[in-house]
Amino acid sequence: MFETNTLPLKDRMKIARTRMPEQDAAARSRNFDEVNLGLETADALREATRCLECAKPGCVLECPVGVKIREVVSLIHTGEFLAAAAKLREDNALPAITGRVCPQEKQCEGGCVLGRKGAPVAIGNLERFIADYERASGQVGLPKNAPHTGKRVAIVGSGPAGLSAAGDLIQKGHEVRVFEALHELGGVLIYGIPEFRLPKAIVHREVENLRHMGVEFETNVVVGKSVTIDELMENEHYDAVFVASGAGLPRFLGMPGEHLNGVYSANEFLTRVNLMRAYQPSDYDAPVYDCHGKDVVVVGGGNTAMDAVRTARRLGARTATLVYRRSAAEMPARIEEVHHAEAEGIEFLMLTNPVEFLGDEKGWLTGARCVRMELGAPDASGRRSPVEIAGSEFVLPASVAIIGVGTTANPLIQSTTPDLKTTSRNYIVADEETLRTSKRGVFAGGDIVTGGATVILAMGAGRKTARSIHVFLTTGEWETASAPQ
Amino acid sequence: MYRIVEARSVGQNIKQFVIEAPRIARKQQPGQFVILRLHEHGERIPLTIKASDPEAGTVTICVQGIGKTTQLLNCMEEGDSILDIVGPLGHPSEIKNFGTAAIIAGSVGTAMALPTALALKRAGNHVIFVEGSRSREMVVFEAEVRRASDEAYFMTDDGSYGEKGLVTKKLNELLAAGRAIDFVLAVGPVPMMRAVAQVTGPRGIKTMVSLNSIMVDGTGMCGGCRVLLGNTSKFACVDGPEFDASLVNFEVLMQRNAMYREKECKSLEQFELHKAEELAHIRAELATKEAEIARLKAELQSLDNAALESAALDGTEKEATHV
Repeated sequence: MFETNTLPLKDRMKIARTRMPEQDAAARSRNFDEVNLGLETADALREATRCLECAKPGCVLECPVGVKIREVVSLIHTGEFLAAAAKLREDNALPAITGRVCPQEKQCEGGCVLGRKGAPVAIGNLERFIADYERASGQVGLPKNAPHTGKRVAIVGSGPAGLSAAGDLIQKGHEVRVFEALHELGGVLIYGIPEFRLPKAIVHREVENLRHMGVEFETNVVVGKSVTIDELMENEHYDAVFVASGAGLPRFLGMPGEHLNGVYSANEFLTRVNLMRAYQPSDYDAPVYDCHGKDVVVVGGGNTAMDAVRTARRLGARTATLVYRRSAAEMPARIEEVHHAEAEGIEFLMLTNPVEFLGDEKGWLTGARCVRMELGAPDASGRRSPVEIAGSEFVLPASVAIIGVGTTANPLIQSTTPDLKTTSRNYIVADEETLRTSKRGVFAGGDIVTGGATVILAMGAGRKTARSIHVFLTTGEWETASAPQ
Repeated sequence: MYRIVEARSVGQNIKQFVIEAPRIARKQQPGQFVILRLHEHGERIPLTIKASDPEAGTVTICVQGIGKTTQLLNCMEEGDSILDIVGPLGHPSEIKNFGTAAIIAGSVGTAMALPTALALKRAGNHVIFVEGSRSREMVVFEAEVRRASDEAYFMTDDGSYGEKGLVTKKLNELLAAGRAIDFVLAVGPVPMMRAVAQVTGPRGIKTMVSLNSIMVDGTGMCGGCRVLLGNTSKFACVDGPEFDASLVNFEVLMQRNAMYREKECKSLEQFELHKAEELAHIRAELATKEAEIARLKAELQSLDNAALESAALDGTEKEATHV
C-alpha cells in the first residue's frame, strides 16, 4: 500500500491529539445520555493525519483481533469513510461497540509509536467515528452470504462472542440460530454496560443487521434448563453448537452483613438499571434502591465496579465512593472511565477493603467497616498484593453497597452436559486455537472459557470459533490431536 | 409471545392459566418455576409451574393477585398472550419413596405443591396433604388435592371450611397421634413455612421449603435471590428453590422480601387507578409485537427465496460456461 499522507513526519508529530468532545461533567452526572459525543469530520481527518503509517504497525499487533488499523486510518485520511468502515468490518463485526468499550490504552493505542513520546493516535475515537458515520449513512456494507450449506449452528448467548460468531457463520452459508436466556438480545452489552457508555440503540442496530443477514434469534431459552446441548444436537439437529454463555455468577465477599437490604452484586444493580430500565422509575415497573441523596459505596476496581459507581451517581447518590483494596495503578478499569468518573465527582478510596457491612435493627444497610491496606510482595497475578494495616479500621456510612469483585462460572450448561470437560473452577475447557471442547461438535469461547474478560476478547473468540466451526462443518473432521486432552 | 389457551378463576383473587410454551412443557419437572414478563416496561416475576402437557406444549400456572404484576396478569384472558416466559428454572423436587410424606401448603401454594405431591404418591409414598387458607373462598383445587394424596385436610383461619386453625395445628395433631412422618414439604407464606420448620426441626423430620425470594434473571447471574442457609449463601434460582428448612434463615428471607415493599405499594396504587388503560396498553403492545414477528418471518422467507434464486442463477451461469 502506498503512502497517502504527504505531510512530513515531523509535522504530523506536531499535531496535538484531538480531544473527544464530551457532555459537561456536572450535567452528565445527572443523566444517562452518552458521555462521549463523537468526533466531527474535520477532527477525524486531522486525527488521521497524525498517523505515521509505520511499516510494522504496533497498533495492529496489539489489537486482539488484528484489525488492519493502519489501512483504516489511511482511508479516513483520504476521506474514504465507507471504505474505511468496510476495511474495519473485515476483522471486527461490531466496530460501533468496540470503538466505545475497548481498553484502547492497553491495546491498539498502547502499541502506537506516537505514544512513546506524546499521545498515541486516538484509534478508538476514529473507530467509533467510522462506525457511526457508516450507520448514519444508511449504507452499512453488509456482506453477501455464501449459498446455503445445509448445516445448522446453534449459538448459546447473544453477547459479543455469540453475535460476532453469528455474523461470520451466516456469511459462510450456514443456518444460524442464537439462543438468549434473557428477554432482550445483546447479553452483557445490554444488561451490563450502561447507556451512558454504550447506548442500547447501537446494540439493537447490530442485532438488526444480523437479522437482515438471516440470523435467527430465540429469546427466553436457558440452555441447560429449557433445552440441553445434547437435545439441541440430537432433537433439533444442530451440526455444531457454540457455547458463549458469558461469565456467570457474581462473587460476593463472604463477609458479615452481605444479606442486608441495600447490598447488591454489581450484576444485579446494573441489570436492574440497564436491562430493566430502573433509571426511569416512573415508566418501568422493576425497582432499584432509590439512591437519591444517599451514600453509595462500590467495592472493586474493574470496569463493572466503575459502571456501577457512575450509575449510582446518576441515580442521584449524595456520595458515590469506589473502594479498592489495591492502589490506583493496579485498577483494571479502562483509563478513560476513571478520568470520566473523577470528573463526575466519584470519590476513590484506594488501598481500602471492607470487612463487614453494618445494618440497623430492621436489616437495612447503614455502613461498611473498612480497613486500610498497604502493598506487599507481588502475588500470582504479578501485582503487589494488599496487606491489612493493623488498627486502621474505620466506618464508611452507606445506604447502598455494590459488590463488583468478579464472577464465577455459571454451572447450568456444564452440569447438564456430562461429556463437557471443565477446569477446576468449572469454566469450560476449550482449545486455544480451535475453541473445540471435549465434546464433538461443541465449541466454547468468551468469558465461559476465560473467566471475566473484555468485550473485544470475547468478540475475538467468537470470530475464531466461527472459522473453526466452518472448518469442522466443511471437512467433518474433529481432530482429537488438537482437541483438549 | 406465549398464547394463553385457558384462563379461569379458581378462588378469590386466584386465577389459573394454561399457556403455550412448548420448550418449557417438554422439560418441566415438579418443583420448577418460570419467570415471566407481561409488557415492555414490566418486571420479571417467578411463578411455580403447576402442571405441564408436553404433547399439547402447554404449562399451567396459578396466580394470586397481590402486587401490580400479579394483578395485571389476573386481568388477562384466554386469547391474550404473555410477552416473555422462560423456564423451567431451578432444581426439581427430590422424588423418592420416603414412606409417609406430608405436604403442607398455604392457599395458592397448593398449586405449586400439587405436582410434587402427585409425583411422591406415584413413587409409593403415603401422601398426607394439608391445605391451609384464610377462608372458604380461598380454598383451591380440593379435588386435585384429594387425587394427589392418600389423606387430605383443609384448614381455614376462620373455620368457614374444613377445620378451624392453622396448618401447623393439623401437623401437631398428626404427630401427637403418633403418626410417623418421614418427609415434609412446606410451600406458602414465609411465616407458615417457618412455623412448619419449628414443628418438624426438633423432631428431626426431613423438611423442605420452597423459597420465594425476589429474582431478576433466574439463571444465577444477579444474586439478588440469595438466601442464608446457616453461614452459607445460596441462590434460590439455581441452588433452589427448595431448601432444607432446618438451615434456612427465615428472618433474613422476610427482611429481603420486604426490600421494595414501599415501591410495590405505590406501584399497586397507581395501577388500581389506571387498570383499564394499562390493560389496553398491553394488548396494543402485544398486537404490535405480533405484527413485528410476522414481518420478521416474511423477511426471513424472502431472504431464503432470494438465496434459492441466486443458487439457481449460479447453476445456469455455470451451465452456460460449460456449453
